Amino acid sequence: MTFIYLSMILMLAIFLGFELIYKVPATLHTPLMSGANAVSGITLIGALAYAGGDYETLPQILGAVSVFLATINVVGGYVVTDRMLAMFKGK
Amino acid sequence: MENLTLVINATYVLCAALFILGLKLLGHPSTARKGNMLSALGMLIAIVVTLLDQGIIGFELIIVAMIAGGAVGLFIAKKIELTQMPEMVSLLNGIGGLASLLIALAIVRSGAQLETYLLIITLLAIAIGGITFSGSVIAWAKLSGKVSKLISSGSATFTGQAYVNALIVIGIVVLGALLALTPENPSYVYGFVALAIVLGIMLVIPIGGADMPVVISLLNSYSGLAACATGLAIGNNLLIVAGALVGASGIILTSVMCKAMNRSLTNVLFSGFQAVKTSTMEIEGEVKPMSAEDAYYVLEASQSIVVIPGYGMAVAQAQHAMKELQGLLERNGTEVVYGIHPVAGRMPGHMNVLLAEADVPYELLLEMDEVNPRMESFDVAIVIGANDVVNPSARELESSPIYGMPVINADLAKNVFILKRGMASGFAGIDNPLFFKDNARMIFGDAKDTINTIIRQF
Repeated sequence: MTFIYLSMILMLAIFLGFELIYKVPATLHTPLMSGANAVSGITLIGALAYAGGDYETLPQILGAVSVFLATINVVGGYVVTDRMLAMFKGK
Repeated sequence: MENLTLVINATYVLCAALFILGLKLLGHPSTARKGNMLSALGMLIAIVVTLLDQGIIGFELIIVAMIAGGAVGLFIAKKIELTQMPEMVSLLNGIGGLASLLIALAIVRSGAQLETYLLIITLLAIAIGGITFSGSVIAWAKLSGKVSKLISSGSATFTGQAYVNALIVIGIVVLGALLALTPENPSYVYGFVALAIVLGIMLVIPIGGADMPVVISLLNSYSGLAACATGLAIGNNLLIVAGALVGASGIILTSVMCKAMNRSLTNVLFSGFQAVKTSTMEIEGEVKPMSAEDAYYVLEASQSIVVIPGYGMAVAQAQHAMKELQGLLERNGTEVVYGIHPVAGRMPGHMNVLLAEADVPYELLLEMDEVNPRMESFDVAIVIGANDVVNPSARELESSPIYGMPVINADLAKNVFILKRGMASGFAGIDNPLFFKDNARMIFGDAKDTINTIIRQF
């Protein structure tokens, strides 16, 4: 049943995503993409369980490398998005 | 224990709300920055609360990995030139894909007894992650022009490529089935990973530079879907929500880009396999060059001007000079607006970011549909480094390969100035009748130098 609940969440999130992103103006599409890069770094919280969990060496190392990569996405994505958005000024 | 898990999951709900709110605020330039901050706050909370999990016992690896990753991310984000945003986004797409792949691999190799459907989802995460990773690396190499010989920025194909791809897909399915049937022998998974990576390379190699906005958007979507599949595999609802939001965002941008080129996604992805049609069109008339000094007199007498930028503006770094010229013209009483085609540049919104960097107010950055209806009223349309997106044959010439593509109708303005290095054709490799129209004048040379010459006349 858990899987069914998760699928339900997935479906609702996809529809919500479509609704929200259609409203993002074309002028912000580049920050939208880099911001999306940052959000996809959410895999970090999945990787933490393997990097710090009670596993054999291999899964731990895979987890740690994944933590490293996902952190690049999170930090790099949010910082560069902020840098761009700070430049969008009105009259 | 039970309570802690409850707290963590309840906090995830809050984080998901922050991500969603952040996206909502991205709906307008004035609130977008706040939205990004909220999204980042959600991420921070998610990370901190996850670390409270009792299952995490060793923090050494985590601390080292996060400090190193944070430093690398911060370094890239601060150092990158904004003209290189397409490269940066491709690289981040690829890193995201690889991160998902590694988690999925860790799931398979952790010795957990997975039910068959969970194993299939985990394999899906590996496949999408692998394709995203290698595809993005190729896209990055094409965009940055670093690897020239083997991976040309144009499309590279060889005979039988479609068959090779089909074989790879069959191989992926067979290995996946073997893994599902004999879970006690997980070493097949490495072959599976390798094939997914090869497939990503094969899929992106044939796609040319002009189609990069579509490819980047699609890979952006894949990186979200990979996170989503990983979330399903480990039963983490926040991964599912965040991944789905990213996936939806990429899909929408992909469809916007495809519509702006009047092509289907299938056509963009697989047209590299077809022979290029050579158009046999005869253009009447001749190209009329003009000096920057003469251009000044026309601009100085104009009431309203529309600037149409393209990738060439990014290459010449002409946006700052253009902004300076805009200031002078406005002081002279001339209205200046910018008309931006959805696929101008190498990624969605590329031109807007460059102009924002040069302090052009976002109210002046108009979309194609806003400038086209009033095109006849502009005294001058200045085309800077754009070509295919202002090509009138998309409207007039049925035999043209880009016929039907929505373009900015620069040729309908009273005068058209085209700032261009030489007479080379655009990425689509087709002639542009705009250059031969009676009201068109070519100002040859580096766009930045040309604009600076005009500025000096004021």
